[in-house]
Amino acid sequence: MTTLADQMKRGLDAPICLTWELTYACNLDCVHCLSSSGRRDPRELTTDEAIAVIDELRRMQVFYVNIGGGEPMLRRDFFTIIDHATTSGVGVKFSTNGTYIDTDAARRLAAMDYLDVQISIDGADAATNDLVRGQGSWDTARRAMDALAAADFGEFKISVVVTRENVTQLDDLLTIADSYGAQLRITRLRPAGRGADTWHQLHPTDAQQRDLYHWLLERGDRVLTGDSFFHLNALGDPLPGLNLCGAGRVVCLIDPVGDVYACPFVIHDEFRAGNVRDPGGFAAVWNSSELFAELREPGSAGACASCGAYDACQGGCMAAKFFTGLPLDGPDPECVSGHGAAALAAATTAPRPDQDHSRARAHAAAAAVPVTLGRR
Amino acid sequence: MTVHTATMGALRLHPNVALRPEPFGALAYHYDTRRLVFLRHPQLVDVVHALHEHTDLDTTMDALDIAETLRGPFQRAIANLAEAGIVITRDDEKDSS
Ligand code: SF4
Ligand code: SF4
Repeated sequence: MTTLADQMKRGLDAPICLTWELTYACNLDCVHCLSSSGRRDPRELTTDEAIAVIDELRRMQVFYVNIGGGEPMLRRDFFTIIDHATTSGVGVKFSTNGTYIDTDAARRLAAMDYLDVQISIDGADAATNDLVRGQGSWDTARRAMDALAAADFGEFKISVVVTRENVTQLDDLLTIADSYGAQLRITRLRPAGRGADTWHQLHPTDAQQRDLYHWLLERGDRVLTGDSFFHLNALGDPLPGLNLCGAGRVVCLIDPVGDVYACPFVIHDEFRAGNVRDPGGFAAVWNSSELFAELREPGSAGACASCGAYDACQGGCMAAKFFTGLPLDGPDPECVSGHGAAALAAATTAPRPDQDHSRARAHAAAAAVPVTLGRR
Repeated sequence: MTVHTATMGALRLHPNVALRPEPFGALAYHYDTRRLVFLRHPQLVDVVHALHEHTDLDTTMDALDIAETLRGPFQRAIANLAEAGIVITRDDEKDSS
């Protein structure tokens, strides 16, 4: 009998983890932004097109969609879009930096069914957080959480990208989540978008990865992780969470201009499967794109084939390999058996993310001084 | 705590659960709890769909001619679905839907 994992590798009739980034516009300029967001793209889907996407997702029985950006609340039709989704059976989990969740917005969100809100922070204190997300962003996020709590929203989520700077703060982050009755979600830093420039300094060290693994063994049932940390399974007992790369199989991304990518962390032409504006729409892309068909074929273990941990770790994350210039059928750059460092040393070039909506001045500064993460 | 299907009586699919057909069976999604559950046999999906038309799980399986070898696994599967709130007991008097 085939395992569920095998069945999922062959792809499902519709995604179960669909991310839809509504806009590339963002008021913040986080140094690890996976979509290099900042400026709106003039080709972004119109309200009518967005509604048509939701109607199609409903027909495909996509149960919920993860809405992000950019900052999705910057779209003037944000509430129109999420109202339409949640009232037609497509649940919404949306990710925001919290800037636009004031008392009124919090009340409006609290009144909706089938809606989850996720506020992003990247540290357990202002200093750690603001280093990555920009000055003042900690206060902004806390204000949004306070507003949700005051509006009796119920259990919202606090989402943290684990970095070298905040990996020691996981217990403190749990305490913050508990204080709101919120759920903590921690995810892996991947070298996507502006993260391609900052990953090398920000990703956890080998020792930190081992600590993280043990923390997750102990506390993993209290946090959400999605498919973030299965590369750590090579360290021993498997962690809770999705233990496979679901790109193009159960995972995909619709970007603000309607392009469909295999996963939110591979915004690059090589992983672009089509566009929702193409004839046949999203369903045709999901069901018949050549790229997705290829990703649903059994993969080769490549250089990982001789590693005893391959079944546990599956060679890690495709996006992490791609944007660090590693072969896709070999070890993850953060391979816990130590094969990542050697592979990284051998990789001479890495593909650049090929969409950049960063606001010009800020991005030029970030590119010029990649070692200085702070904005002082 | 395990729920025993034999004592559960009349059953139905929770009204806020959607079932999506998949090659291996179906995916069930509970909109209230946000839980996603896999139904890993096409006939199990038929059983779940038919529960509300019969007095209990056994009569549902009789009506659908479920093979003896599948009955044990399906009982366990339905018990799990009941624990997840995907399948619920049905009160025939009050239930008009
Ligand atoms: S490429 Fe990485 S982030 Fe994307 S689905 Fe695969 S494992 Fe997850
Ligand atoms: S060599 Fe490959 S399979 Fe082995 S631990 Fe490293 S990434 Fe995982």
